Formats: sequence, structure tokens, C-alpha cells
Amino acid sequence: MAVTTKPKKKTAKKAKASSYSKETYLSWFEVMYRIRRFEERTLMAYGQQKIRGFCHVYIGQEAIAAGMVSALTSEDKVVTAYRQHGIALSRGLDSKSCMAELFGKATGCVKGKGGSMHFFSKEHNYFGGNGIVGAQIPIGTGIAFAEKYRKTSNLAVTMFGDGAARQGALYESFNMAETWDLPVLYICENNGYAMGTSVERTSSVTDIYKMGQPFNMPSEQVDGMSPEAVHEAMTRAAEYIRSGQGPYFLEIKTYRYKGHSVSDPAKYRTKEELQHYKNLDPVKAIEAKILADKIASETEVKAIKDAIKQELDEAVKFAEESPQPDPSELYTDNYTQEDYPFITD
Amino acid sequence: MSRVLTLRDSLREAMSEEMRRDPDVFLMGEEVAEYNGAYKVSKGMLDEFGPERVIDTPITELGFAGVGVGAAMNGLRPIIEFMTWNFAVLAFDQIINNAAKTLSQSAGQYRCPIVFRGPSGAAGQLAQQHSQTFESWMANCPGLKVISIVDPADSKGLLKSAIRDNDPVCFMESEMMYGLKGEVPEGEYLVPIGKAVVRKEGTDVTIVSYNKSMELVKEAATKLEAEGISAEVIDLRTIRPLDIDTIVTSVKKTNRLVVVDECWPFAGVSAEVAYEVQKYAFDYLDAPVTRVNAADTSLPYAATLVEEYMPNAAKIIKAVKEVSYAGV
Ligand SMILES: Cc1ncc(C[n+]2csc(CCOP(=O)(O)OP(=O)(O)O)c2C)c(N)n1
Ligand SMILES: [Mg+2]
Repeated sequence: MAVTTKPKKKTAKKAKASSYSKETYLSWFEVMYRIRRFEERTLMAYGQQKIRGFCHVYIGQEAIAAGMVSALTSEDKVVTAYRQHGIALSRGLDSKSCMAELFGKATGCVKGKGGSMHFFSKEHNYFGGNGIVGAQIPIGTGIAFAEKYRKTSNLAVTMFGDGAARQGALYESFNMAETWDLPVLYICENNGYAMGTSVERTSSVTDIYKMGQPFNMPSEQVDGMSPEAVHEAMTRAAEYIRSGQGPYFLEIKTYRYKGHSVSDPAKYRTKEELQHYKNLDPVKAIEAKILADKIASETEVKAIKDAIKQELDEAVKFAEESPQPDPSELYTDNYTQEDYPFITD
Repeated sequence: MSRVLTLRDSLREAMSEEMRRDPDVFLMGEEVAEYNGAYKVSKGMLDEFGPERVIDTPITELGFAGVGVGAAMNGLRPIIEFMTWNFAVLAFDQIINNAAKTLSQSAGQYRCPIVFRGPSGAAGQLAQQHSQTFESWMANCPGLKVISIVDPADSKGLLKSAIRDNDPVCFMESEMMYGLKGEVPEGEYLVPIGKAVVRKEGTDVTIVSYNKSMELVKEAATKLEAEGISAEVIDLRTIRPLDIDTIVTSVKKTNRLVVVDECWPFAGVSAEVAYEVQKYAFDYLDAPVTRVNAADTSLPYAATLVEEYMPNAAKIIKAVKEVSYAGV
């Protein structure tokens, strides 16, 4: 499925035949299974009004997070949008602190201040979920700028949706990144829709990867239901970027099984379309492959599932039992200055 | 004759009536057409007016606000919907540098009759980026008019006036109040821009507010009444131009003023009202003007922090007692 446009300096290599170790397959499965189950518990807790506000789940897009884990290093920086629970978990944020964040508790990864759209973790080089569509595109470009400036070999992964690809900020960022050879990996998670609007209805060019072409940016379209395909494309891109040749753009085709957010009944798409993509369910597919190809035994797969179920039971319990932030926390983290004189009357 | 309508229905009636009346009026924004509006304000309008006049845009606030400005300069009357005013920040260049400046730059040759509308203010636990209040931001800029209102009947009349106005108007609604019900008159009527309204007469203290905080003020006024404090309640309806006469007239009667303003305190709407009142009713004040604002912080997600941040009836009652020296 990879379609490589002509890169500026060097042609990106084609995918190698895929053969991965048992560890790799199991780790992909683990990442994807954790995300799927985490999101299901999120929806359940939302239904019980334990989670409030806007809440966008990652169900259907898990293979992207999995392929990214194996293709990148933990030193690489990541920034994404509000549909971010899965990416955050895959970067290593623990499910307890993420669930507690959703519950608005003081033990959350950002002390209950961010909620569903705004997890951050400096420890995990995770620059957060951004709620303003497209705003993270120039931010990721700036994160890359700093990596280059400091002469590291890290890259900045900048993720956004198909809807976000319409913002002018994308074009401005692409131009700067390519002109300055910034180490940024742009990833468009194309799940076909921006809220109720399909890609076809808002774009004259529906193959989003082509938007890298006018900037001479190597660009590919990738099958986002396959962790192998994602891993290979990202590995290729990372190699290219780390060699100092500048940015790379991947349009990863995926699908979200749920509505845009918990309040969206998703009436704008057909049952048949949804079923088509459900037949490609990446979590089910990888489990089936592991078993069919005898990569691991049923017992080994079950052990992973059981461990994750237990982990998430504990995460929910932790979130439920954690305290709410003290009201005085409203006045912390607005300024680094400790004695900032807030207006209070 | 009147009937009960929700705010969302009254806004839709205003737009639809104006679109029937004037073929130059059109509606443009994210999800306004096929999805029937993110908050269902434009429900059914695509069916009535077709895709030439009810237009779904890509997520490009700067771009479609600019398209609106160009269309307005060239004779049309766009209604540009922002899903919320938080996203209008991306379009500030077009609103501030173009819509507001067109008439001045062209020495009166080009007008910019455009309405930018959408919800402003916090709406529950939506966290920092989705909870901001933009009345004072927009009202700071000469060239713009700013309306902020949730009362269904007045919203309808004011939106119709805004669409007919020959200057750019920022029209601010409320995510949480689209379901608010009220009596809305049948038939054609307009509510003038720039006129506040006394919602409740009183003798002891004036409370000035706008948008959804009005609901808190009404609640507080009822409770105060039971305690023997008679509050006069003013709904600003228009933020710019500010109807200072209505406020001053009231303060001359009650001698006390509390401003309830969901904007941040620094240079907020409350600051402007307080300035005008100290200037024009100085000798009538029996207590310093007091205000209830959102906290001087970003708004985090957790419920306890939202509670601490937002104006509420208890905070209003406390402020009223403060200016009344009634002991809190
Ligand atoms: C600047 C801005 N405009 C509008 C919105 C409202 N909004 C939130 S998500 C969204 C759709 C984005 O779709 P896409 O980029 O495809 O991401 P997906 O939700 O599919 O992951 C919109 C319009 C916003 N948050 N920010
Ligand atoms: Mg999308």
C-alpha cells in the first residue's frame, strides 16, 4: 500500500519482507489490547458520569500506536490531538494515572487539571493532547526545531487527524520543516471523518499524503490497521529523518469505530461501512495472526489479556478511590512564579 | 401572541427569517449543514436553503472567516458560525485586522456587514482550551459590535438586528443554554443593538450581568429577596456599545452595584462597567463597585476546580451583602 513520492534528496527504501520476533508480536498485541480495554472502561465510566466533558476514544486506531512503539525510541518526542488516550498509554504513561486523570482526580497524570484531551508526561517525552484542531502541528515542528538546535538524534512525532490537515498551520509548518530540514515525522491519522464530515466533503485532494509533495517532503500512505505496515513505514521514515535529511510525512489510513466523541451517534456513516472496517479490527486481527501462525500459544495470549484486565481493574479502583484536587489547586500551575498576585476580587 | 422556544430554536428562526427576507444572507461554518450544526442550531436549514446558502467548511477558521470578510466587502451578508469562540481565536486576524478595519481603511468605501456567531464561556468540565469567555476580548476592538445573550426572545431579535447591521457583529451564545426555554413573540420583531434591559426592578442594589450568568443572577436575586434585599437586575445584552445609561439610572436609584461577568477580571467587562459608573454616578455610590468574575486562572478539568473557578449564586449573594454592608 506504500506510495512513495519523490523525496528531495534520496529515495526512501521500500518495505522489507516482514518477519518479526515473537516478542515484537506480543508487545504489539499487548499495546493494542491495553488500549482497547482501557477505552472500553473509559466509555463505561463516562456512562456512569464518572468522567465528564469531551471524551474521544481511540478504538479502531490501536495499530498505529503499536507500530509506533516498535519503530521509535523512548527519547523521541510525541505530540498529538485530543484523541490521545491510546498514544499516551503506548508512550508508557501508566493506566492508573491516565484513568485517574479521566476521573478528574489529584493523582491523574496532570493532577486532574487536563482531563481526557490533555494528558502530558515530560518523563515519557509526551507533549500532550491538544484540543485545538491542528494547533499541535506547528508545536511539533518547534519541538523538532529544538532537537535539531541541540543536535540530538531524536525526532518529533507530530500527529493529527484528517480534519486537522485542513488548517493553514499545516502548510506553514510543512514549509518551514522542509526548508530547515527539521527532524519531524508528521503523521496524519486519517480515520475518514472529522466529526460528521468525511474527507471527500472538505478536500479537493483526498489522498492526504500528497499534501507533502508540494513541499518536496517524502510522503507515504500506510495501512493503519496493520502494526507491521505502520512499523515498517515509521522505521523507514525515522531512518530518513535521523540521517539529517529533514521531515517525512505518513498518512495512515485507519477508522474509528465509535462516534467522534461520546455524544456523537455517528449517523453520517452507513452500517455497512462500519461493518467493513470492523471486519478489519486490528486488535482481533493480530490476536488471530499470533494464534494462526503459532507465534505464541493460547495460554501466552491469555496471560497477557488477564494481566491487562487486572491492571485496568486496579486502574479504575485507583481512580475511584483517589481524592479530588483541593480547590486551592486552581491557583497552582498558572505561573511558575510562586507568589504571583492573582486578582481575587 | 407568543410561544415557548429554546434558545437554539429562536436563533434558527432569526437566521431563517433573515435568509428568507434577503437572498444575500448565507450561513457558513463547520458542521452547519449536513450535521445540522454541532449544537443543532442550524437544524433543517440545509433542507430549506440548499447547499449554496448553508455551507459546510473544512476545519479552517482563519480561512472561512476570511472568505466571509471578502464576501461581505463584496456585497453579501455572511453569518459565520464558529463551533465555539475558542476556535475563533484562529480567525482573530480576519476579525480584528480585517472585519473591524475595513470601513476605516477604505475611508468608508467598503463595509463589512458580517456576523460572527457561536457559543462563548465555560460549559462544564471542558478544561483550559474549551472554556474561555471572549466578550471583553472582542469588545476591546473598535469597529466591532459585541452581543452576548441567552434569553430566547431577545436573542432572536438581536440576531436579526445583527444580520441587518452594516458593521461587523460578534454574537455570543452559550453551549449550556441552547436548551433554555422562553416565551418568544410570533411574527416579525427586532431588538435594537446597544440597549440593556432591566429584567427585575429593585431598590437596594443593582446587579449587572449578561449571557448565562444571568441565570445565576436571577437565582441570587430570588434568594436575596427572601432575605429582604431587593435587587434590580440588568441584562446588558449588548457589550459593545455598552448601554451605560441604563446602568447609571439604576445605580442612581439603588446606590450599589455588583457586576457579574464570566470574563477574567483583568480588563474584563466588569472593569469597564465599574469605570463608567465611578465616572458617571460617583456621588451616588454608597459602596465600592464590586464584581464577581471567573477566577484569574486557566480553567482546569476537575469538578472541584470548576466549582472554585466559576461565578455562582453564592458568590453573587456574598458580593451583594458586601456592598450592602449586610454582614456575610
Ligand atoms: C480549531 C478548532 N476548530 C474546531 C474544533 C472542534 N473539533 C474538535 S475535533 C474536530 C474534528 C477533527 O477531526 P480530525 O482532525 O479528523 O480528528 P479525529 O477526531 O478524527 O481524530 C472538530 C471540528 C476544535 N477543537 N478546534
Ligand atoms: Mg478524522
